[in-house]
Amino acid sequence: MATSSLVRSPVSQSPVTAARRLLAVVVANPFGTAVSLGLAYLAWTLGGRIVDWAFVEATWVASSRAECSPDGACWAFIVNRLPQFAFGFYPEAERWRAWIVLLAPPLLLALAMAPDFKGRRKVLIGGFCLYPVAAFVMLSGGVPGLQPVASDKWGGLLLTMVVGIGAFVFSFPIAILLALGRTSQLPAVRLLATGFIEFWRGMPLIAILFMSVIMLPLFLPPGVEFPRLTLAMTGITLYSAAYLAEVARGGLQAVGRGQSEAANALGFGFWATQGYIIMPQALRAVLPGIVNSAISLLKDTTYVMVVGLFDLLNIVTAALSDPNWLGLATEGYVFVGLVFWSLCFGLSQVSARLERDSERAHSRAPSGERKPQ
Amino acid sequence: MKRHAFWGLVGLGILATPALAGEGDRVNAIKSRGELVCGTSTGTTIGLSTLDASGKWAGLEIDYCRAVAAAMFGDATKVKFAPLEFKNAFAALQSGSVDMLARAAAWTYSRDTEMKFDYAGVYMYDGQGFLVKKSLGVSKLAELGGASVCVSAGTTSELNLSDYFRSNGLEYTPIVANSREQNLANLEAGRCDAYTNERGGLAASRLGLGAPDDYVILEEIISKEPLGPIVQQDDPAFRDIASWTLFTLIAAEEKGITSANVAEMAASSENPEIQRMLGKTGDFGAKLGLANDWVVKVISSVGNYGEIFDRNLGNGSPVKLARGQNELWSNGGLLYAPPVR
Repeated sequence: MATSSLVRSPVSQSPVTAARRLLAVVVANPFGTAVSLGLAYLAWTLGGRIVDWAFVEATWVASSRAECSPDGACWAFIVNRLPQFAFGFYPEAERWRAWIVLLAPPLLLALAMAPDFKGRRKVLIGGFCLYPVAAFVMLSGGVPGLQPVASDKWGGLLLTMVVGIGAFVFSFPIAILLALGRTSQLPAVRLLATGFIEFWRGMPLIAILFMSVIMLPLFLPPGVEFPRLTLAMTGITLYSAAYLAEVARGGLQAVGRGQSEAANALGFGFWATQGYIIMPQALRAVLPGIVNSAISLLKDTTYVMVVGLFDLLNIVTAALSDPNWLGLATEGYVFVGLVFWSLCFGLSQVSARLERDSERAHSRAPSGERKPQ
Repeated sequence: MKRHAFWGLVGLGILATPALAGEGDRVNAIKSRGELVCGTSTGTTIGLSTLDASGKWAGLEIDYCRAVAAAMFGDATKVKFAPLEFKNAFAALQSGSVDMLARAAAWTYSRDTEMKFDYAGVYMYDGQGFLVKKSLGVSKLAELGGASVCVSAGTTSELNLSDYFRSNGLEYTPIVANSREQNLANLEAGRCDAYTNERGGLAASRLGLGAPDDYVILEEIISKEPLGPIVQQDDPAFRDIASWTLFTLIAAEEKGITSANVAEMAASSENPEIQRMLGKTGDFGAKLGLANDWVVKVISSVGNYGEIFDRNLGNGSPVKLARGQNELWSNGGLLYAPPVR
């Protein structure tokens, strides 16, 4: 009918033919047309209202809620508190250190995304392995030239980044060892690894953090105290390691048995087989799963409130109770949502790029082998 | 494996708890640590404990903690605030990871007895009240019959609401939500006629509405919510310090001692009770194991109760909550400090 003629029609048409075609679709499918029109209307009005609220009527500069226009968003609240949302209670004179720590990951990622940059993988892997340690030294100081800053002064986005990236990087080697342990032929190793994974995966993260800060002091001799950030990082790292280990195990099992048998036949030892043959294939196979874990870990960092640390979400929540800025929950949560979304979207973009690259490398490899020597 | 580890932890917990609880000289622990650790809200109780834009804590509970630090160390800055979510707060106090809680937790029988806590007094008498639209023309609770009332799910407010309306033979429709923001949105959208919560919270919530002047808080309350500092039962000396810090804040207002005139009063007051309080005569401080002029340090750093209330909740703050029951006994309120003798 009309639809089949539509399929056959050429792409470029005169306006008259286009209109006739449109009419044909409307006549053939009145219900669908009504739904489309309804949705378009909804999008138009809703979108209009959102734009009105977020931009047209919004107030960007004010010193309290009372000065904000009641018809639009009061972004002045966010603007006024932006340094606090970014750095928490980090002393103002030392903020440059926090800036470096905050900007390093996006810059690294941008470098990784740069087209045809040869050392991409080296920069990514090296950068992110060094990042947690470097960030920790940079922020806490105590080395020559850097004043010490206690970790309970770190907060906001800075804390979210440090905890998220730090826990992910630290949990990665643990996860690989656990995955190897769980697939091991040795019963004791297998049992230990399985027990560890099941224990940490079976506990809610909130309970782990709660135990680390409330229960641990009961077992420690009086006077021995760990910084709350260390407790939180340890808890989140072990928790994330258990999840990542299962992702990595999925990858290990996806690599055919023939691979390790061939490596054995060539005289490769266990670690050489894993390091050169199995792991590169296994991790490449589960890259989406790894990025998925990283994204979920980044969002799980908001639980650090349990141990009394103010990450981005919780410092914004606390700010909502400022007597001068009451009633701005929408603005606050929209802001937090946008920041988290940007971070996670950035991560998934990098993941997509890495996948494309490794696919390209994969499809190149066999043809290379066939080249005459 | 997992089960063994779990029971191991439980066993360790049972062994460890009594050993530590028995030792408890908290005052010494605090003094050797060099700072008081005060469990507060996560910056969400308006007027009691919030974070300002520069990251400093502010509020009535915060000032009380500072007062205790000033009493113990002569320095109101020697206090560390440990933000705790409500569900973790009591466990944190029980484990000893905080010295005291000043965290908007009402004094109840079960908290005092079952949880083995002590309340060192009451720094704010709160109670469940009602925020209603002015346009309803309601001035008494009895006129709210047939109204729809917004309330937070699973709270004592919800139970109190149902008890009160049932026992007074009033009809009502509960509109249940999960947070302050949702309740306020419902009220503004006209989905309910009134919103019930603690009066202190209501006064603050009202400010967050688009048109605060269209709403009014009814005078009557339907529950008692006395908020006070909570300590463990392990060290009576610490409890005394916590109690008498609060009492002297109240007594100072009664005697007209303010942060502005305390130095002058200490030097020249002729009133024997003021002389004892401010350490000019007697050994009032030594009896608590504190410096003899500790009250001077407290009042000069945070002011008397009236100043603290005014700054955080009263007319000196955006909340503008009336003193009500939090007025001195001599002015018809409930604040009463035992004599300093």
